[in-house]
Amino acid sequence: MRWLHKLLMQLRMLFRRNEESARLNDELQFHLEQQIAENMATGMHEEEARHAAMRSFGSPAVLRDQTRNTWSWNWLESLFRDARISARTLRRAPGFAVMAVVVMALCLGAATSLFTIARGVLLKSLPFRDPDKLVMVYEHFHGYDSNREAFNYNVVSPADYYDWRTQTHGFEDMAAWRWDKFNFSGEHAELPEVITAAAGTWNFFSVLGVNPVLGRIFYESEDHPGANRVVMLTWGLFQRRFGGDPSVIGKQIHLDANPYTVIGVLPQSFAYPDATVQVWVPYASGVTAEYLSYHDHHQSHVVARLKPNVSLQNAISQVEAVQHRLHMENLDKPVAEDAVSRPLLDDVVHDIKTPLVILLCAVGCMLFIGCLNVANLLIARAATRQKEIAIRGALGAGRVTLIRQQMVESLLICFAGGALGVLLSFVATKWLTSAWKDLPRTEAIHVDMSVLAFSFVLICLSALLAGLLPALLSTQKSAFVALHDSSRSVGGSLARTTLRRTLLTIEIAVTVVLLIAAGLLLKSFARIHDADLGATTTNVLTLHYDLPKRQYDQPEKVVAFNETLLESLRHMPGVRAVGVGSVVPGAGYGGDDVFTIPEHPPVQPGQDLPDAIYRMADPGYFTALQIPLLRGRFFTDHDRLNQSNYVIISRQLANQYFTNENPIGWHLHVPAWNSGLVDYEIIGVVGDTLYQADKPLKATMYFPVFAGYLDRDYTLIVRTAFDPLKFSLPVQKEIASLDPTLPMSEVLTMQQIIGESAENTSFSATILLSFALLSLLLAAVGLYGVLSYLVTQRTTEIGIRLALGAQREQVVRLMLGDGLRPALFGLVFGLLASIALTRLIQSMLFRTSPFDLWVFALVAAILLFVAAVACALPARRASRLDPMQALRTE
Amino acid sequence: MGKPSDLVQGTLDLLILKTLSLEAKHGWAIAKRIQQVSGDVLQVQQGSLYPALHRLEQQGWITAKWAESETGRQAKFYSLTEAGRKQLESETANWNRLSEAINIIVQEA
Repeated sequence: MRWLHKLLMQLRMLFRRNEESARLNDELQFHLEQQIAENMATGMHEEEARHAAMRSFGSPAVLRDQTRNTWSWNWLESLFRDARISARTLRRAPGFAVMAVVVMALCLGAATSLFTIARGVLLKSLPFRDPDKLVMVYEHFHGYDSNREAFNYNVVSPADYYDWRTQTHGFEDMAAWRWDKFNFSGEHAELPEVITAAAGTWNFFSVLGVNPVLGRIFYESEDHPGANRVVMLTWGLFQRRFGGDPSVIGKQIHLDANPYTVIGVLPQSFAYPDATVQVWVPYASGVTAEYLSYHDHHQSHVVARLKPNVSLQNAISQVEAVQHRLHMENLDKPVAEDAVSRPLLDDVVHDIKTPLVILLCAVGCMLFIGCLNVANLLIARAATRQKEIAIRGALGAGRVTLIRQQMVESLLICFAGGALGVLLSFVATKWLTSAWKDLPRTEAIHVDMSVLAFSFVLICLSALLAGLLPALLSTQKSAFVALHDSSRSVGGSLARTTLRRTLLTIEIAVTVVLLIAAGLLLKSFARIHDADLGATTTNVLTLHYDLPKRQYDQPEKVVAFNETLLESLRHMPGVRAVGVGSVVPGAGYGGDDVFTIPEHPPVQPGQDLPDAIYRMADPGYFTALQIPLLRGRFFTDHDRLNQSNYVIISRQLANQYFTNENPIGWHLHVPAWNSGLVDYEIIGVVGDTLYQADKPLKATMYFPVFAGYLDRDYTLIVRTAFDPLKFSLPVQKEIASLDPTLPMSEVLTMQQIIGESAENTSFSATILLSFALLSLLLAAVGLYGVLSYLVTQRTTEIGIRLALGAQREQVVRLMLGDGLRPALFGLVFGLLASIALTRLIQSMLFRTSPFDLWVFALVAAILLFVAAVACALPARRASRLDPMQALRTE
Repeated sequence: MGKPSDLVQGTLDLLILKTLSLEAKHGWAIAKRIQQVSGDVLQVQQGSLYPALHRLEQQGWITAKWAESETGRQAKFYSLTEAGRKQLESETANWNRLSEAINIIVQEA
């Protein structure tokens, strides 16, 4: 009952405060009247009695205040009062208020946006059942270039997966999936397009715990070579191509000209492995039984769900044991010695984690700078209000009250800025998620309660950071000396100036670190853009197509199509050269195979097998891309069909495996290429090319396109006399005239292909640069503010100096020195901090040292320049002072 | 005679509660009553009386209502609540324990 009473009491004190106030006055008045009455009863005159009563009563105002202090909500009342005062003072200095609010809005908005993204991507659990129990399992090669991620977490071969699943017991179940790609068209072969697909084992969706919104998932019987072809649609494709019509279940669509029955539609929340996947097909249905028995055909990703009472270590050690046995049984093949795992979430966000964390740090730095800036502005303002504060203190305001009142001011600024910032962040988050191309899990990113709570905490922290230092400083005991000061003071408060300089030094140091990080990333981006691919990148158009096996079922048909196409394009006006291959330089890894050299002594069992990227190329491929021939010859039109057992190798391959030997005429035995039936004779050595602009060089071997391999992807290469994009339509028309059902994709110039690998770096770099520039601007404003303040403070002093005959230049030098000192200190600290910190972004840098001298020097120069400009204005103003006027100013 | 402000911390609450345990009173009457009963030894200053009364009211140990005083003027009368009665018991017990303990020490010395 007491709590109810207390609650009612509190409500009354909250909502009927004025009434209660009146009653308190009345109560005290009654007491006074009683005292007067008593005094009169002892025989005093009325007047005398009143005075005596008032004397013993003391100050009614103090009594009222003391009594009111016991009421609930008193803190709220004083907070309102402080807020009212602060709002009024802020309104009187609108320039300051607007600037501070804008600074905080930008900083808090950016911080909120990045937190929203980081939370959605890195922290939110995946939309699967018990996502913490899901791990990815990979093969793990000990040898090779073990520093390379790809071999540490190597994708898994089908047979390895099947053995893991049947021979270990630590996991509830294991599922596998691999990337795929189809020429997709509707029920009546209409609207062909190339879509990204994934092939998953029948248990894949149950391992994840994902249920279809329509229809069903795969049956086990559908996950076999030659089984009935079925397909599941993702929500996106279901909406885009079928208008969300549920009757699509049971209908047929065409993938690579084969009919597939639609059995289910996946939920909208399902965007694994990423949002580009449009359809899912069973893992084993489109391949041969032989394919499934390969231990050395690495292309699958394995997802496993831990049993409730089994530790990951236990479960994975069982897989390791199986894998080690497989390795020992297949010593002549690239079968990994070991297996590793990582949580599914880590796996999904792996590539984005570092850039995101770096950007979060950067935005944190910017927010920090913003707070310091507002603190700096507040200190300057506190200086002009020193007398007011001193008077308040003299009238009895406690230090806590004074601090609280100033804190309320920074709280007001931060809340106004924060509210604006959160609004800004809605827009910014939307923009960032759409502009950030390789950001996974964008579907999980949105502003929710916890984001708002985070912003709220951030706002309060910023207010504390920005407000506490100035408040502490201006309410020091010594601050009350202001009242003793004559109205004409010479020289400012030393403590205040020192603090402002210290804040500025920190601000500039942090800015330098941001600028250097952004500079390094930008340089890295430029390096990627200028990377020498080893092939020409000017005026080259590339275009992707694949020839489905169903239609092109004979090597002769494949060769005929390619030859006819090349022939017709070769005569197109403006075309300099044409070629066709599997992948062009810069467009990706494609795939690699191990090989042996029959003429060499056999590789010892257990040693790493030679390994190279494979490519297909026609006779014109190298000429079209201007890849130089170093030895031997290119392919010719005669190297075709069964007379095509030739291979061309890259210089890297020659150097790596044919030291001091002429490789021409020797052979490569490639077990995985064309079932390893024949050895390929080396007929040429060509220049090296990069498979991706920001990746290291890798040995490459080229097989002839005109061998007529079935079911392959091709990249057409057209080198033109002028703007290659002008050729994209005519070339596509040419292909359509040969085969109207053949969809084409990725119509890109070589420049665009390189741009794609540079895009991610460039995005992080641009965002980081904008943070860094904003920080620089803030630092410059801070520098300007402090120096202007110093000039005002020292007006009298400067006046005296001038009157005594100081030269104007001397005054400028004096003031510049004052302003540039914190800039110099900040620069030195910033450079030192950068040396310690830039190593953290090394993994994001391409051919750029984290200690790149040019970037460091450039940043130092820019900073000094900006600092000089910011200081020059107040310094000039100081030197222009009229001594007489200066001496008269207060 | 000691100054009234020498009241041991917290004893004012006890005195107020005790004074109100018989009947409802207004502030003035409470002060007078404490003064009379203690034989003018204890004088409660307004500066501590009213904050204490309001604090006890916020705590829910006493409740107030406006009524006509003996002079015919409206005054705020405080009375003990059920919770206040329990509080009085426990504070009385506390006080007894404390004063006994102090007595023992003082008399031994």
